[in-house]
Amino acid sequence: MPTASTIVLNARALERTVARMADEIVERADGTDGLVLVGIQRRGVQLADRLATVIHSREQVSVPRGSLDITLYRDDLQTVGPRPIVGKTELPWEIDGKTVCIVDDVLYTGRTIRAALDELADFGRPARIMLAVLIDRGGRELPIHADVVGRLIDVPRGGRVDVGVMELDGRDEVTLAITADAE
Amino acid sequence: MTAPRDVLLKGGRLLDPSLNLDGIGDLLVRDGKIESAGGTIGTPDGATVIDCAGQVVSPGFIDVHCHLREPGREDVETILSGARAAAAGGFTAVCAMPNTDPVTDNQAAVGFVLKQGRAANAARVYPIGAISIGQKGERLAEFGEMVGAGAVAVSDDGKPVVSAHLMRTALEYARTFGIPVADHCEEPTLAAGGDMNEGFVSARLGLKGIPAEAEEIMAIRDILLARLTGGHVHLCHMSTKGSVELIRWGKERGIPVTAEACPHHLSLTEEEVDGYNTNAKMNPPLRSLADVEAVQQAVKDGTIDVIATDHAPHHNDDKQREFNDAPNGIIGLETALAVNITWLVQSKIISLATLIDRMACAPARIFGLPGGTLRRGALADITVFDPALAWTVDPAAFLTKGRNTPYGGKTLFGRVGCTLVDGRVVYQRMG
Amino acid sequence: MTAPLGKDLLGLEYLSAEQITMILDTAEPLREISERAIKKVPTLRGATVVNLFFEASTRTRISFEFAEKRMSADTVNVATASSSVSKGETLVDTAKNLEAMRIDMVVIRHASSGAARFLAERIESNVINAGDGTHEHPTQGLLDLLTLRQRFGTLAGKRICICGDVLHSRVARSNIWGLTKLGAEVAVCGPRSLLPNAIEDFGVQVFERIEQAIEWADALNVLRLQLERMTAGYIPSLREYNRVFGVTRERLDRAPRDLLILHPGPMNRGVEIDSEVADGPHSVILDQVTNGVAVRMAVLYLLAGNTPALADAAKGGDR
Repeated sequence: MPTASTIVLNARALERTVARMADEIVERADGTDGLVLVGIQRRGVQLADRLATVIHSREQVSVPRGSLDITLYRDDLQTVGPRPIVGKTELPWEIDGKTVCIVDDVLYTGRTIRAALDELADFGRPARIMLAVLIDRGGRELPIHADVVGRLIDVPRGGRVDVGVMELDGRDEVTLAITADAE
Repeated sequence: MTAPRDVLLKGGRLLDPSLNLDGIGDLLVRDGKIESAGGTIGTPDGATVIDCAGQVVSPGFIDVHCHLREPGREDVETILSGARAAAAGGFTAVCAMPNTDPVTDNQAAVGFVLKQGRAANAARVYPIGAISIGQKGERLAEFGEMVGAGAVAVSDDGKPVVSAHLMRTALEYARTFGIPVADHCEEPTLAAGGDMNEGFVSARLGLKGIPAEAEEIMAIRDILLARLTGGHVHLCHMSTKGSVELIRWGKERGIPVTAEACPHHLSLTEEEVDGYNTNAKMNPPLRSLADVEAVQQAVKDGTIDVIATDHAPHHNDDKQREFNDAPNGIIGLETALAVNITWLVQSKIISLATLIDRMACAPARIFGLPGGTLRRGALADITVFDPALAWTVDPAAFLTKGRNTPYGGKTLFGRVGCTLVDGRVVYQRMG
Repeated sequence: MTAPLGKDLLGLEYLSAEQITMILDTAEPLREISERAIKKVPTLRGATVVNLFFEASTRTRISFEFAEKRMSADTVNVATASSSVSKGETLVDTAKNLEAMRIDMVVIRHASSGAARFLAERIESNVINAGDGTHEHPTQGLLDLLTLRQRFGTLAGKRICICGDVLHSRVARSNIWGLTKLGAEVAVCGPRSLLPNAIEDFGVQVFERIEQAIEWADALNVLRLQLERMTAGYIPSLREYNRVFGVTRERLDRAPRDLLILHPGPMNRGVEIDSEVADGPHSVILDQVTNGVAVRMAVLYLLAGNTPALADAAKGGDR
């Protein structure tokens, strides 16, 4: 089937978007006190790192970071079988009473975030949990919304959003691939 | 009772190594005896004619070693079902081992087996009496009375005769009656708890191995006791390279030893056990390839006199369990011919004539039984088979009650067309 | 990625190097779960696991139970004291009964070699072999591999000697398969009466004397010596065994390099291993125990997901 691919964000646009998201996160969290960034494996972790870098350059504060691998909290084990556990879950500090900002690359059905919320709850009781995503592509299956969104895009049927980050994919880029529907 | 009708076997390949006979021709049976064999024979009035074109007509096969389970385990096999299965496998006579419940260790028990065998009206059933009372390995059973009642040999098969003294006495005492003493060669302390041949496969599967030496130690003991006593020792189900070398040694010295091998030991190796296949569990166990090849050669050169089935039916519930809890033994009456043809004749290790010798002529000779020849005037115990017919083994279709075979689903060559006992057709394959 | 290991875990002989590595790689991150305040993930919520133990076992059963509970499975322990001699219900009847109660996985320990496979061929549930006779104990083998890999980084080219009663040891077999598949050099050392006749065919070296093994090896996996071996006449006495084959401090002091010491437990201190060694700086015996839970969690996880009884309408995915 023919696939058409368009670039949603190139490297420079992505950098600008991340910078704006960092500002919004700090603003919505009323500063950096008690703020922690938790990236979802994979790509969410790299985005959290970049957000932290931007926050540091703006505020001269090192925001603590952590990572979550939500594989073991998925709800589709019985239908798709076990997926490889690719990343670590690392929350090397207490999250009780903190403002935890979950960072992920794409928000779609909301099931990943549901799993992430469950997993966070097993580590403690934050005062507040926020969600920051680079791309919100719509298509929610759960009542979940993002507090900070890099780019909102409307993805038609058969579309797929791919986020590339330099650390894993060798380039910073967000593309939208649309496979012509066979119908 | 009116005289039975003549039977004319028409146009088969008459093959009888005891007569050096091998040629296309007819064979006429009259009054349960072979009237004439060879050439073209006109059809007598009222004769039953069986077209044998493309088939081999041979002396009926004789199995000197099978377990018919009656009395005691009639749920597993009866003399009736066993004798019918034998006939379907081309056997005109079988020797029933005495390890039943109760043990065939007295004249009444021997008489019972004979009576059930006659009633079966299929293959002849010859009882083998026990060597020791209850097969306990302690006191000799009454060989004289058992032979008087119809026993053709003695054996404690299923178990070895552990005591060398008892074995010596049995060999000496059996001389009076001219019967062989058949021994199950197994040194019990070496074989204790063993589930399969000792080797890499047993090590991999974590199953306790039975070394070849457990068999060989008893084989040489028995050969030496035969030398000491002059009694005829018959070694059951020989399975190792070492055993056949020892038998060869004994025969070269004129010691009265004969030996049998089983189709499974001539065709399958210990690898068959992989996956904990309980249908590959028997005693002695399937051995290594080197052993199989050595025993095949021993069948060829006559070191092994006869091929016997060691037909041992077991209930499915007993076989379908953890490997070390499953009983030893497989059925063999209905696959023996095809297994032997497939692994020995088709692979050109022995000729069809040699196979017939090992399955018909030699068993009659060494156990002193009638049959085993197409000579004029001999018992009309005859097997007609197609040596080239390919068929796939379907255990559900067997006449034996047992289903415990490692050959299920395998395609084999050679199938019985009909079996005549006393000149009567006791088995004829349909289709 | 459905069922990367297939339906069952019966032995390491039947796994590829890639599958073994996948289990170890999965176990690594799972160790972290046991360090959390809430030592639990919801992965196997709703799955029922039966621990079917036909042989007494404390460690393995507890380790499996921890692994199951930390993965949120519901567990039922069935300890059947029946040996292979005292027959009651047959194994297959027991299993069919359990399955009729809609279970998802069975962890089986049984005195008969091949029992786990026997069960696996007859029920739909996943079957995990927790030790079958003298055949295999794959999760023990895996936890040994994980422990060694953590210390060595890689197993390739490392020299591991398995010491003791290899003949009767399912741990030894699982170790030999796993270690050789991952590229380690493997040797065994013990009295010949406790080694299988065909041991060389496994592709392992044999050392007649423990001193040679110690000189050669990077790690020793010291097997438990069962008391029954003496009464059954395989060795004359436990005392002499310790004198000739015991892993002692004095012997290790003469080694050209530091050796890691593993033991599957339970230990017979003063027989196959001395306390000074078992509790010494190079002993990784307690790491083995910790890793045991992680490895079993990994196996449970990787086997799950192809259980028809559990399949529900849960759909979706992100992207």
